[in-house]
Amino acid sequence: MSHSTAPGEAPAGGTGPTGRAPAPHLAPAAPAAPAGSPTADGQPPHGRGGGRDGAGSRGKTGASPPPGGITRRHRLRRDRALVLMTLPALLLVLVFAYVPLLGNVVAFKDFDPYLGDSFTESFALSPWIGGENFQRMWEDPYFWSAVENTLLIFLIQLVFFFPVPILLALLINSIISPRVRAWAQGVLYLPHFFSWVLVITVFQQILGGAGIIAQTMRERGWGGGFDLMTDPGFFKFLITFQAVWKDAGWGIIVFLAALAAVNHELYEAAAADGAGRWRRMWHITLPALRPVIALLLVLRVGDALTVGFEQILLQRTAVGTGAAEVLDTYVWNVGLENGDFGYAAAVGVVKGVFGLCLVLAANKTAHLLGEQGVYKK
Amino acid sequence: MSVLTEDRGTEGAGARMRPAWEEPPSGVGTAAKSAVLAVACLAILFPLWIVVVTSLSSAETIREAGGLVVVPGGITFEAYRELLSGGQVTRATVISVCVTVTGTLFSMAVSVLCAYGLSRPGSFGHRPMLMTLLATMFFGAGLIPTYLLVQSLGLIDTYASLILPSAVSVFNILVLRAFFMNTAPELIDSARIDGAGEFRILWRIVMPLSRPVLAVISLFYAVGYWSAWFNASIYLNDQTKMPLQVVLNQIVLKGERPAGMSQIINTGQIHTLSVQMAVMVLALVPVAVLSPFVQKHFKKGVLIGAVKG
Repeated sequence: MSHSTAPGEAPAGGTGPTGRAPAPHLAPAAPAAPAGSPTADGQPPHGRGGGRDGAGSRGKTGASPPPGGITRRHRLRRDRALVLMTLPALLLVLVFAYVPLLGNVVAFKDFDPYLGDSFTESFALSPWIGGENFQRMWEDPYFWSAVENTLLIFLIQLVFFFPVPILLALLINSIISPRVRAWAQGVLYLPHFFSWVLVITVFQQILGGAGIIAQTMRERGWGGGFDLMTDPGFFKFLITFQAVWKDAGWGIIVFLAALAAVNHELYEAAAADGAGRWRRMWHITLPALRPVIALLLVLRVGDALTVGFEQILLQRTAVGTGAAEVLDTYVWNVGLENGDFGYAAAVGVVKGVFGLCLVLAANKTAHLLGEQGVYKK
Repeated sequence: MSVLTEDRGTEGAGARMRPAWEEPPSGVGTAAKSAVLAVACLAILFPLWIVVVTSLSSAETIREAGGLVVVPGGITFEAYRELLSGGQVTRATVISVCVTVTGTLFSMAVSVLCAYGLSRPGSFGHRPMLMTLLATMFFGAGLIPTYLLVQSLGLIDTYASLILPSAVSVFNILVLRAFFMNTAPELIDSARIDGAGEFRILWRIVMPLSRPVLAVISLFYAVGYWSAWFNASIYLNDQTKMPLQVVLNQIVLKGERPAGMSQIINTGQIHTLSVQMAVMVLALVPVAVLSPFVQKHFKKGVLIGAVKG
């Protein structure tokens, strides 16, 4: 059976072994083709020429083996180039996304990475302490303050950030001049590509103590002391404002794509039936956006515990941790700054588990409401 | 920026004449729309204007203005000349450029190969491999174990720590894959009949046909590497290895003076402010110059529902 890998590849056999390029599908076909093979017997030699490799397997045939039968070994031999191509990325993902998952067991240890020379040595030397870290978290007021800040920021951004791209997209979509549209889009997309460090430094030049507003107020003699960048009370709105500045423009792309896909005959028919522009928006445009809005909402809710980590980390010392500490920065502070790795990992684990639950719950809700959500049922 | 105006053709369906059935725009409506759009664009451009103008202003102009400069006065490139004539900022810029170029090439190579490898449902191991990638979009391992991993791999204080942990974006792979899956199967089959292997098919047929999406994803990766601050801030301790974003944070947010420039600032030849703004412009220019070229293809890079089979 080993050479019956590529049934019906006889036409390609002649060019296969030239060896100019890796041609894994074709190479084994050459010796096999003249002899024929059990699986190819029932088929005309040209009928499926390369079919399993090319067009055939691109469709549904590969998912369930065709009646002729094609074993795993054959498929591996046939697809080894494809598998080989996938491996580097797969390896990186396994090392940097899956291996650290196992590392979360340090949450059950009083872990000190500097006990031994290597991670395994430190790991072996650090004592197991069971659920003590989780117990401690339950009684830790700083942890709860971080939870509160995280949820508050999530809610504020849901109300003040989430609708902005939708409104902007409707606005851009209603502009007829393509020139104005392209320029406006170009400007609105731009800040998305700025780093957080840059965005915050830009904001500092406007809203900071030495910023342009404070500077103008001093010149006019309207009193000094204007500095929104270090005001703890304003902080949650400040970072929402920054997020809108940076990413609201970028967010319109998805909605513009959905709007471009709306059948224009619907508008025409509605207009013919006497629907004005607002009724057309309510009955045609908004329903067309609904699946996209639902999907983005699910994604946002699923990610509720992750709120602007880098952005907040860069500013938390300026406003103080009382207003600025969120779960992610708390993990960073406890673990990397204070070296309490076991406890920080425990906070990370709790955040991760609740985050996963949120994704699943949000998706379930979307399904119940008749939307598709992130993945299908 | 001229590329922006060349979008007309590709905006296609959206850029239409006003259809006959649509009411003529009302004066008030048009005015309101223009006002909102103008305010939104100004909110983005005005701060950037101030930064650029101040970075180009002479010390006297800055002192006269009492700080940030809105109306250009005495223009000088002194701040840039000082920053780029060797020293901390020059080094950081070179490091950032090198990390961005290397990282983008590496990420693109790995992602394109993986996306093509997964572009044929039914190939060996297709489902498990795809699921392995997809699952990572639903969980993150967490900061602490990731740090411990990078540490135990011996990557602390190496440039590899700025590239490897963030080299693969599953989302980008999915977008590339969705495009590769749309390549006409006839082309691939005829190439195969002519004896081309998978690597050759990818390089000679699939990639040339996917140029727009390759450009967009390259930009995404490049911007990611260029803008990264956090990884450098935790994985690097050696001050001489810091990339531009870390130095930008030190100079502008923490108010430190660029190493070796105290003298020239103290004597008043160059104002601190123009130095700070010049560093910001250095961080801003590459993305501001590159992104408009790819703008018309952005839509392809944020494809939703790219997950099939």
